[in-house]
Amino acid sequence: MPSRSAQIRLVSSHPEVYEPCDDSFALVDALLADRTNLLEHRPTLCMEVGCGSGYVITSLALMLGQETPEIQYIATDTNPYAVRVTRETLEAHGVHAELINTDIASGLENRLAGSLDVIVVNPPYVPTPEDEVGREGIASAWAGGENGRRVIDKILPIANKLLSKRGWLYMVTLTANNPSQICLQMRERGFASRIVVQRSTEEESLHVIKFWRDFDIQADAKDVVTTSSILPARVMDLLPRLSFWRSGSSNNSC
Amino acid sequence: MRLLTHNMLSSNIKGVTNGFPLRIEAEKVVEKQVEINHDFLRNIFPKIEWKAFVDASRILGYAELPEEAPEPSVLESDHEFLGKFHHALLELHIEEGALVCPETGRKFPINKGIPNMLLHEDEV
Repeated sequence: MPSRSAQIRLVSSHPEVYEPCDDSFALVDALLADRTNLLEHRPTLCMEVGCGSGYVITSLALMLGQETPEIQYIATDTNPYAVRVTRETLEAHGVHAELINTDIASGLENRLAGSLDVIVVNPPYVPTPEDEVGREGIASAWAGGENGRRVIDKILPIANKLLSKRGWLYMVTLTANNPSQICLQMRERGFASRIVVQRSTEEESLHVIKFWRDFDIQADAKDVVTTSSILPARVMDLLPRLSFWRSGSSNNSC
Repeated sequence: MRLLTHNMLSSNIKGVTNGFPLRIEAEKVVEKQVEINHDFLRNIFPKIEWKAFVDASRILGYAELPEEAPEPSVLESDHEFLGKFHHALLELHIEEGALVCPETGRKFPINKGIPNMLLHEDEV
């Protein structure tokens, strides 16, 4: 069943919506690599922050849906075109997520506090001039300000607030974002972390990091990033097939 | 937008202290059947603010839910209740309309089933 996410089709697009790129694929591969753990985790509510085209939340719903039908999905994006494209992507694949056009989780923070078992986020991580952050449209998908950290640093405390006691966060980062410092900051909030996927492309080196609350966490900062796990063979097998989406979105420059 | 989501949304305008529940103005409501899942209903039940949920379901024309929240034990055995809870929570979708801040009256539009909670600069 994990291969179903490889069949995600681009059914809708918009010039102002970020199409799936290497970062999106890395995040889905990380979720696939951790799929067995996710199934055992039996989450109730999963949320994606910044759903863009809907590729990631649709993949997540497909890879978990059959075996854990008790999960409900929520996805947000600050870009109104993105949530509409996500809706079409979800519908085309017969899955559902509740969509909200909002900034990160604004409007949900009070009532959803401590309620999310999984958050996935491919944040705008590209280092840019500060004044590019918060612009409307597709720039919101990448513009990350200084060190690409402006939006990431807003997301982390919100994720901490929204995650349940057993909540997990999966986040894409770039080397320029200083991921080990992000892990340290999350450690101060009581989270352990590990790299689920590490991938270098021509342009960037990506890490997908998983964070979880560790109630026994020691103030020993040495093993913040504990392991860099090796991808199971079946995930690597899937990679060529993911190119299907790329070939279907010919004007994509990623 | 399902009533599950309505139950999780509050007015996010700066300075608003009593932003929940958002009032519903429904212009178009659709029903979409989905398979019932008892585990989900039991897991989510403690998180639901019951009065807001019942009021919202009545605004959408569904009056089958009890005024008072039942004891959690009801979810273990009462399949009729579970069916009604499921229907109101997950099968009624507000496609077009608005959510209204109870304190300021500011409207958050719902288009194509998606609420727009984006704030203007002077509201953040």
